[in-house]
Amino acid sequence: MQLDAKIPEGPIQDKWDSHKFNVKLVNPANKRKYEILVIGTGLAGASAAATLGELGYNVTVITYHDSPRRAHSIAAQGGINATKNYHGDGDSVFRLFYDTLKGGDYRSREANVYRLAEVSSDIIDQCTAQGIPFAREYGGLLDNRSFGGAQVSRTFYARGQTGQQLLLGAYQALARQIKLGKVKLYARTEMLDIVLHEGRAVGVITRDLVTGEIRAHSAHAVVLATGGYANAYFLSTMAMASNATAAWRAHRKGALFANASFTQIHPTAIPQSDDTQSKLTLMSESLRNDGRIWVPKKEGEERPPGQIPLDDRDYYLERKYPAFGNLVPRDVASRNAMTVVEEGRGVGSRKNGVYLDFAESIERLGKAVIEERYGNLFEMYERITDENPYEVPMRIYPAPHYTMGGLWVDYNLMTTIPGLYSIGEANFSDHGANRLGASALMQGLADGYFVLPYTISDYLAPLLGTQPVPTDHQVFAEATQDVHDRVDRLLSVNGGRTVDWFHRKLGKILETHVGMSRNELGLQKALREIPALREEYHNDVRVPGENESFNQSLEKAGRVEDFFELAELMALDALNRRESCGGHFREESQTPEGEALRNDDDYAYVAAWEFTGVGEVPNLIKEPLEFEYVALAQRSYK
Amino acid sequence: MNITLRVWRQDNPDAPGRFVEYDAPDIESHSSFLEMLDVVNERLTDQGEEPIAFDSDCREGICGMCGLMINGLAHGPQQGTATCQLHMRKFEDGDVITIEPWRAAGFPIIRDLVVDRSSFDRIIEAGGYITVPTGSAPDANLILVPKPAADAAMDAAACIGCGACVASCPNGAAQLFVAAKVANLNLLPQGQPERWTRVEAMVDEMERYFGSCTNHGECEAACPKRISLDFIAMMNRDYIKAKFKNRRLAGQRS
Repeated sequence: MQLDAKIPEGPIQDKWDSHKFNVKLVNPANKRKYEILVIGTGLAGASAAATLGELGYNVTVITYHDSPRRAHSIAAQGGINATKNYHGDGDSVFRLFYDTLKGGDYRSREANVYRLAEVSSDIIDQCTAQGIPFAREYGGLLDNRSFGGAQVSRTFYARGQTGQQLLLGAYQALARQIKLGKVKLYARTEMLDIVLHEGRAVGVITRDLVTGEIRAHSAHAVVLATGGYANAYFLSTMAMASNATAAWRAHRKGALFANASFTQIHPTAIPQSDDTQSKLTLMSESLRNDGRIWVPKKEGEERPPGQIPLDDRDYYLERKYPAFGNLVPRDVASRNAMTVVEEGRGVGSRKNGVYLDFAESIERLGKAVIEERYGNLFEMYERITDENPYEVPMRIYPAPHYTMGGLWVDYNLMTTIPGLYSIGEANFSDHGANRLGASALMQGLADGYFVLPYTISDYLAPLLGTQPVPTDHQVFAEATQDVHDRVDRLLSVNGGRTVDWFHRKLGKILETHVGMSRNELGLQKALREIPALREEYHNDVRVPGENESFNQSLEKAGRVEDFFELAELMALDALNRRESCGGHFREESQTPEGEALRNDDDYAYVAAWEFTGVGEVPNLIKEPLEFEYVALAQRSYK
Repeated sequence: MNITLRVWRQDNPDAPGRFVEYDAPDIESHSSFLEMLDVVNERLTDQGEEPIAFDSDCREGICGMCGLMINGLAHGPQQGTATCQLHMRKFEDGDVITIEPWRAAGFPIIRDLVVDRSSFDRIIEAGGYITVPTGSAPDANLILVPKPAADAAMDAAACIGCGACVASCPNGAAQLFVAAKVANLNLLPQGQPERWTRVEAMVDEMERYFGSCTNHGECEAACPKRISLDFIAMMNRDYIKAKFKNRRLAGQRS
């Protein structure tokens, strides 16, 4: 298979404009003759569904939540980047493009990233008009803050709840279309398979999570906006239900999966406190603006933080990276935290964290300012840890948080299956090997509001006059039967272990071998352990209850089954990439100072994998990355 | 710590429900309340019983998916906290804890502790938005929003739509949820063109599912985001005004 990214010709600053002119259009009166399925209602899915509905298409949107508003985009705290340059500090489209490409360690496509930077500004306009209560200056203008990996203030925010507010904006736009009848919503409904006819995506099979009814839906095109797969690690900052099933089922049907090993371990989560923990809670990266990160200089320090004098503290980020200090990109901050903890200088009763200290900022700015900026985060921290961060430094530690990898898409955001699109975190497109803070919200909304609605017409226009494949067609019957069989199989194992038991074990393998630091031996070990555990899962999992009822164990069982297969690909992809880049740190490839060392000669490509069967080695198809506008350089934040 | 749970079990919306008692020994005090339920569920599964169904997702107090009546209090004893952020250290060893689903006619039970809150979606669909077709917005800084207005709108917008306000209300009223969204949008300049139609449509839709507000204030006490009762006053004022303003010449005077 040859990959064609369909990147438009011309200078980078003209590509998107000329592409918008060159794509085929569907005239306004004809749009109502098309059916589009959107799976997922996070920022990308909700914004896409709302916009497609506004344009006149008939949209069906599917979410496993009880309401579109619950999607995990809601948990993003810090903000959203845009090139407004409202602060006059030298921001521009080219600078955001450059920062994003560099932050991603040169493993993303120039054209896609440039487009992202170009539309970022429109997102802020759109969201402001929707009534998102962004932070304001006293004169009524929008306020900005700075964020990791950038030297300008380009992050817009709504207290520590930016994701929530942006999602509610998209949800409300979606609600308006539902009321108008342009969008039909299926809540508490999970997509379990994708249906192909003559090589094209023509629909999906879903399970009603309340009644267990397995249903077929057909359409002219299908959009997957189903988020990332960091929950494969079990302990992550993802929501409990976040999963990879929709993307993985598409992969099994022929959509290539790219850069599976590119996972982001976020530096500022609350460290694990006990063994029954179900998730890790993130503390916004924005805290690094005013908090200083440090650990004791000596191993096994027992004094409480307040009694450790300045001379005995190691502000290791400020020491090693004077230019960016505490605001180095996430991967750098995470790896350094791991190193100091491994050196035995971790803090807290489990010695599994580093301090994020606000004492100096509180002294400099006053408690009121800090409270205004981060009050809700401090409160959340106190609820979870029972410690008051105004008085005692926070303890933080990295946690799996975001996945840059995902379904391979071309410039139109179409996967390798014609008619199947993937947007937001579910695709691989814009963040390379590491995502910068406040860029996930930007990408989700860029794809949903401003990219997909333009590019999808190119595929739809030639289909004018055709009807969606009817759901009584044989392809739907077969896919429905497959879903039934799979559900029955999971329910009939009746083994001795719970789904969570297996998930926790899988997570441990990934955390150990495919976590912040990876090496050949460990990855090979993971590639032996994962299939063995998967085999055990198929023979020994216990899923109580039945299909025809509200059965949360059954929901989890299917998701974890898919995580097993995906986990193997994550390890394989990491093994294949014998270089360090962004969040992917291969111990064999580092500079003398222990920084990530890229190998552009051999690995400046997107690794897209083709499914060949469970337990079979997938085919690797490379999309070479070419850089015309940015010179490849070793990232330096010193 | 060792605790005993009295949990509402109900197989489906039509089946009769009942309280079932479960012993929960060896619970970590650092665990969150929902992690405690995870442990209980793992044990139930191991014993061949069906686990207790309950909703939760983000587990960091923002998605609004979780919500339990714990000892008769929506989201439990800690104020300003969603169920997922409540920790077992707030309970004593030996406690008997009663867990029920949200109790409200507007939230039919699906199973055990899981309820159907889709009525909230219908209320938002009725008018909880500002009409802005994608791509039609002016530059963001052309709309000046006084900081106090933005802050007040944000206070209201912090609502997570969990339904604790309804569950705690003796009347099963949803005024706090609806008022929070009305205030979020009606306080902002962007929300003015649809201000009067919005409040009327949302309140009227609300009346289809929920009881009447008699200013008990239980909702504010139960709200995990501490949404102020003041917003209900604002909504009521706007609703009454809307009865005069929603006429053809409404644009003439504000």
